[in-house]
Amino acid sequence: MLEIVDLEVKYGAIAALQGISLSVKPGQIVTMIGANGAGKSTLLRAVSGLVGITSGKILFDNANITNLPAHRIVGRGISHAPEGRMIFANLTVKENLEMGAYLRDDKDGIASDLERVFSLFPRLKERIHQSGGTLSGGEQQMLAVGRALMARPRMLLLDEPSLGIGPILVKAIFSTIVEINRELGMTILIVEQNAHQALKIAHYGYVVETGKIILQGPCVEIARNELVRKAYLSES
Amino acid sequence: MSELLQQIVNGISLGSIYALIALGYTMIYGILRFINFAHGDVFMVGAFIGYYLTPQIITLAGGNLLVAAPIILAVTMLGCSILGVAIEKLAYRPLRSRPKLTVLITAIGVSFLLEYGGQLVFGPDPKLFPTLIPSGSVVNTEYIIIGTNSIVVIVTAFALMLLLRFIVFNTKMGTAMRAVSFDHRVASLMGINIDTIISFTFILGSSLAAAAALLYASIYPSINPLMGIFPGLKAFVAAVLGGIGNLAGAALGGLILGVTETFVSGYISSSFRDAIAFSILILILLFKPTGILGRHEREKV
Repeated sequence: MLEIVDLEVKYGAIAALQGISLSVKPGQIVTMIGANGAGKSTLLRAVSGLVGITSGKILFDNANITNLPAHRIVGRGISHAPEGRMIFANLTVKENLEMGAYLRDDKDGIASDLERVFSLFPRLKERIHQSGGTLSGGEQQMLAVGRALMARPRMLLLDEPSLGIGPILVKAIFSTIVEINRELGMTILIVEQNAHQALKIAHYGYVVETGKIILQGPCVEIARNELVRKAYLSES
Repeated sequence: MSELLQQIVNGISLGSIYALIALGYTMIYGILRFINFAHGDVFMVGAFIGYYLTPQIITLAGGNLLVAAPIILAVTMLGCSILGVAIEKLAYRPLRSRPKLTVLITAIGVSFLLEYGGQLVFGPDPKLFPTLIPSGSVVNTEYIIIGTNSIVVIVTAFALMLLLRFIVFNTKMGTAMRAVSFDHRVASLMGINIDTIISFTFILGSSLAAAAALLYASIYPSINPLMGIFPGLKAFVAAVLGGIGNLAGAALGGLILGVTETFVSGYISSSFRDAIAFSILILILLFKPTGILGRHEREKV
């Protein structure tokens, strides 16, 4: 479904991604784990069109989406819940979700998707008329995922959904991500520093270090890898 | 007492015109984080569109001002919108990723271009703006005289402000505008075309400037290509006073400035009229730089 070929991204003289190739199959949860600054967020930003690509190719459903502007990539069916959640603090919860559905005109469909988001995250319904800036970190993360779903995408890009959230909420959010994948058949690419959680829910994983993929495979195998256990799962 | 009432009515009437112009500054600031110093000159062009258009439309409408005025308003708004969108596309858009100072200086350049281009096209001499609002008064007692023009100005301005409020807070485009004003990149992740929203913002701002111009010229009918400078600067002060980026603040700032200015020229001396706005600007920048309704913008990490 998503095919990334030999992707390079440079910020000035600094190479953030140095030839990344990755593929996500329909219905899969794929994760990319790695330390802060390894290039995980850059990869998602390149896919959703927020950063320019130096070289390489990004194919979505066999169509080349390399260097399309961000607002057109959403229309192709990719929704990105960005790092740090980036909720519109000046908009209400409902308006945030409506903005997620910006490109859609089907009122009934939007209304039923709104209900679906509320059934996935009942807390958001309680806060429906509150402004996004007043939500807690965990609620904002729910809103970010919900907002991304409102576009009715075929693929979801999640950037560090565990960032700055307490462990109980992290568990809840990850189990909702699994639910979204199973019930809606949603294809999900998730980048995480919390390797433990990510490897638990994903089918296939990539480990990235300083802009290069150093390891890939089914998550069960990655979780067993000696290097990963030492560096990312903090086991000795 | 009666003089006080009279000054208040006059002040609100002038202030609502400042408010209309100030809304343009504040909206464009909200979206692009820079002061569009050419905004006052878009206002001036609006007055000239009205000047050339009014006699034609009145003739077409068979002398009926009630029919003619809305048409003149609509066409002037359209004309200023085209100008505003063109300025943004040609002058500001190519500089979008440059430092804000670059865009600010460009805006001053565009302002000069319109002022002196206006002198070339319209001629530097003042012209007499045709009567758009019939003279006479709505209230005429020994205590207070409320002229028809004051009422028309206040009602039109408030109706347009309510309409703007509806657009910004109750429509999809308006919500998208607020989303873009929060963060361009995140808004684009929603599928929002940032360029479209910016153009839309310039259409709204320039339309309000156009309406303000017709109202202003109906009170002060002598128009010339440099007429936009002072109302433009004062509306900018009004926007800062209310809290730049805040719509209600711009409206409030405009009204406060209008009333203050009328009071100062009525009770102290009309030679202080223009000085008062800039004294307010200095005071607000010293003591409450965020303005009356403005909030501190948290630095984004």
